[in-house]
Amino acid sequence: MKKSICLYFQVHQPTRLRLYRFFDIGKDSHYYDDFANRTIMRRIAQKCYLPMNALLLDLIKRHKGDFKVAFSISGSALEQFDRYAPEVIESFRKLADTGSVEFLCETYYHSLASIASSSEFKHQVLKHKAAIQQYFGVTPTAFRNTELIYSDSIGAQVYDLGFNTMLTEGAKHILGWKSPDYVYTDPMQQKLDLLLRNYSLSDDIAFRFSNRTWQDWPLTGEKYLAWLKAVKGDIINLFMDYETFGEHQSAQSGIFDFMRFLPEVVIKDGTLEFVTPTQAARKLKPVAELDVPETISWADEERDVTAWLGNELQQDAFNKLYAQNEKLALINDPTLWSDFGHLQESDHFYYMCTKFFSDGEVHKYFNPYDTPYEAFINYMNVLSDFIIRVDDAYSNIDTKFALPKAETPVAAVKKAPVKKVSTKQVAPKKDVVKKAVTSTKSEKVVAKPAVKKAVNVEKPTVTKTAKTKKSKIDGK
Amino acid sequence: MKVLMFGWEFPPHIAGGLGTACYGIVKGLAYNGVDTIFVMPSASGDEDNSVAQIINASEVTLDTVTSSVDEFLDKVKFVQIGTNMVPYVGEDEFYKLVEADKQRQEEDFRINYGRKYKFSGKYTSNLMEEVARYAMVGGTIAMQHKGEFDVIHAHDWLTYLAGIAAKELTGKPLVVHVHATSFDRGGADKIDSRVYDIEKRGMMAADKVVAVSDLTRNIVINKYGIDPEKVVTVHNAVDFSGRENLNVDRGVKDKVVTFLGRITFQKGPEYFIEAAAKVLKRTKNVRFVMAGSGDMMSRCIRHVARLGISDRFHFTGFLRGSEVQMMFALSDVYIMPSVSEPFGISPLEAMRSNVPSIISKQSGAAEVLKYAFKVDFWDVDAMADEIYALLQYPVLSVYASKYGYEEVNTLKWNNATLKLKNIYESVINK
Repeated sequence: MKKSICLYFQVHQPTRLRLYRFFDIGKDSHYYDDFANRTIMRRIAQKCYLPMNALLLDLIKRHKGDFKVAFSISGSALEQFDRYAPEVIESFRKLADTGSVEFLCETYYHSLASIASSSEFKHQVLKHKAAIQQYFGVTPTAFRNTELIYSDSIGAQVYDLGFNTMLTEGAKHILGWKSPDYVYTDPMQQKLDLLLRNYSLSDDIAFRFSNRTWQDWPLTGEKYLAWLKAVKGDIINLFMDYETFGEHQSAQSGIFDFMRFLPEVVIKDGTLEFVTPTQAARKLKPVAELDVPETISWADEERDVTAWLGNELQQDAFNKLYAQNEKLALINDPTLWSDFGHLQESDHFYYMCTKFFSDGEVHKYFNPYDTPYEAFINYMNVLSDFIIRVDDAYSNIDTKFALPKAETPVAAVKKAPVKKVSTKQVAPKKDVVKKAVTSTKSEKVVAKPAVKKAVNVEKPTVTKTAKTKKSKIDGK
Repeated sequence: MKVLMFGWEFPPHIAGGLGTACYGIVKGLAYNGVDTIFVMPSASGDEDNSVAQIINASEVTLDTVTSSVDEFLDKVKFVQIGTNMVPYVGEDEFYKLVEADKQRQEEDFRINYGRKYKFSGKYTSNLMEEVARYAMVGGTIAMQHKGEFDVIHAHDWLTYLAGIAAKELTGKPLVVHVHATSFDRGGADKIDSRVYDIEKRGMMAADKVVAVSDLTRNIVINKYGIDPEKVVTVHNAVDFSGRENLNVDRGVKDKVVTFLGRITFQKGPEYFIEAAAKVLKRTKNVRFVMAGSGDMMSRCIRHVARLGISDRFHFTGFLRGSEVQMMFALSDVYIMPSVSEPFGISPLEAMRSNVPSIISKQSGAAEVLKYAFKVDFWDVDAMADEIYALLQYPVLSVYASKYGYEEVNTLKWNNATLKLKNIYESVINK
């Protein structure tokens, strides 16, 4: 049997918040920096999404079905495509029509809902599934959570939502001596197949490709093929941000040429074949269960959730946000749901990260704020306004209940439990966060030495691009 | 009577409260029949010329003082001020460095002799050098205007050397005005000895030392060893002329408790946070605002998040111009929990905006404000108590706001400067 290569790209753009001051609270409920969102979306569409989609379409046609890729496009990104770059949707649709592209399901808002609330998680997964069906006419069968966040219990929930395959990180501290290059299953739900990212080979493309101080620079198709062939295992999972192509790695680095020739080299060689996640799960038998009692992700050296919930700022903001869940379920107002969703985007919490000394450079690159404190202040101002709106709407419901003939509000409340099952599940969230954070800290020590090397190498590249990106943001 | 006054800044371009105070003093003196020649390192030309003759030190040529730099340095017993804060060098090496620096400075002075020196007039890293040069130019100006003034008045350590130089060269009496001391700027263990030395030299050389509060007067006497006979308290006042209270449309329905100032150790921001957490345990309909920026800001934000009150405790960052008025207009209670505050003008501004104020007993303002609520800065329980009471018992806040407003309107510079005038007379006729 041929060894499999699974290429999967994450497509996401956060809904960036505008500068929202204390003086705006209670007065202005538009939270988003439309100008920055449009500018950045237009730029990345031109530099990455459109040229790379065209390239992939060309490759799929040329190799007549032998070349396959998978995408996960967040709902936040879809909304922005719709608004600012509809031609990108069109080009993804063309890819969908080839049948060689699989679209994965995730949380609609690229959120941390899987850690916060199972009802909110379910709601967002179903919302995203519906969006993918609507835009691309396909029903996703494989799942990947925000930033590959995963734990045994998240896996079990995902299976209950109707998925048989899930993607996550091949985190060293979880795998130990095991190889990421096989299919595993969730111990709580053995019918769920797990595909683990080979971070070393993925980062060779995503982070190191243009780094001239890297000993293996320049990376060529032949060289990369040799590495792929050297891997012992059933499957090599190459998962990365789609923005790698043309944005993180500029066109001048030759990343597009590399991608143009890689499939050809691989297919000609004949010992490897491209698969999508669902095909991989169908084709390969799991070799073992993989115990992941604590939450993992693909972020930072620690490969845990401390990039989003590692400090007290992030935890307080997170707790304050999800504390609104119960009232929102009773209010059931679409505008409030939408803002609640956008405020859940994991990026907002990422901006508040204070891990300056290890992965700070990477964080800075993706961060429109000068300091995590500014990010926090701005977010809390927005959230304060949001909470006022929720409370106002909630007290309106109360008064409606007080009226003798209150037919409409009753109906609204009835709907709520269907969408947001029960509010009881919201309560333990605080413990979950703390638990996830404290316990992963102890494992950090194990994970560090293995990953550190990879991260260090990437730094020079990222810093360089970071400056250009930042100046562009400032330039507005 | 005419006074030669050395300041560091003057409205409209001000970085701290010193410029505002100087403006009030100059205006008040004019009202009391005292004319002022006001010298500042860098004037921009849009200062209010009607109250004083303003001299821009950056436009004065160094030529009338003495024939040689050495003589000048000798005359004003000049301290060589360099950036001699070089850590981790041996004693010999340090000596060499200092000597080289001294050499460089003397040459520098020679080169600049007969020229103008452009001051930045800001609080920059070469502040020490500017202070020294300001003294040289100050001496020149004093000589040029020797026949015109009767007394010299210098505000805070930045201008003390200029004051000393003017006194040495003209023989006129010197009054130094202490708005703040080194002990208010950092903790007692973080005193900059160079600044302390200049402060002490100024106070020693002065004929009278004016302190902005009894609190400051005690520091001058105890920490600088100045003869109590020589130190007089003249409380600050505040000039509200041309100011209308804003009517701002409120976005939040909750009551707002505000802290406004630099977020530094001296201002006691963390006591405010602790008190806020206590109040929030009892009542929910309140928001706390920390307006300003400073080196403790990040620490405070983390503190707030750790207490889990960040949905009720807001940070605005540094507020500019009208935003300050807006912030007062949005506030229901103002709080100044300073650990050490020579005077503290901000509660006066709050009370002028009808906002009841809670201030620490460790502030100069506490000595004059009857209708402000006073607590020890460390007593967060008392602070929480007062906040809660002002929020929950409207009669109390109405009372405090009404009488507080009347009270601050009586704190006029015209009265404070009359005391200054008396001090001038006492030193001139000595």
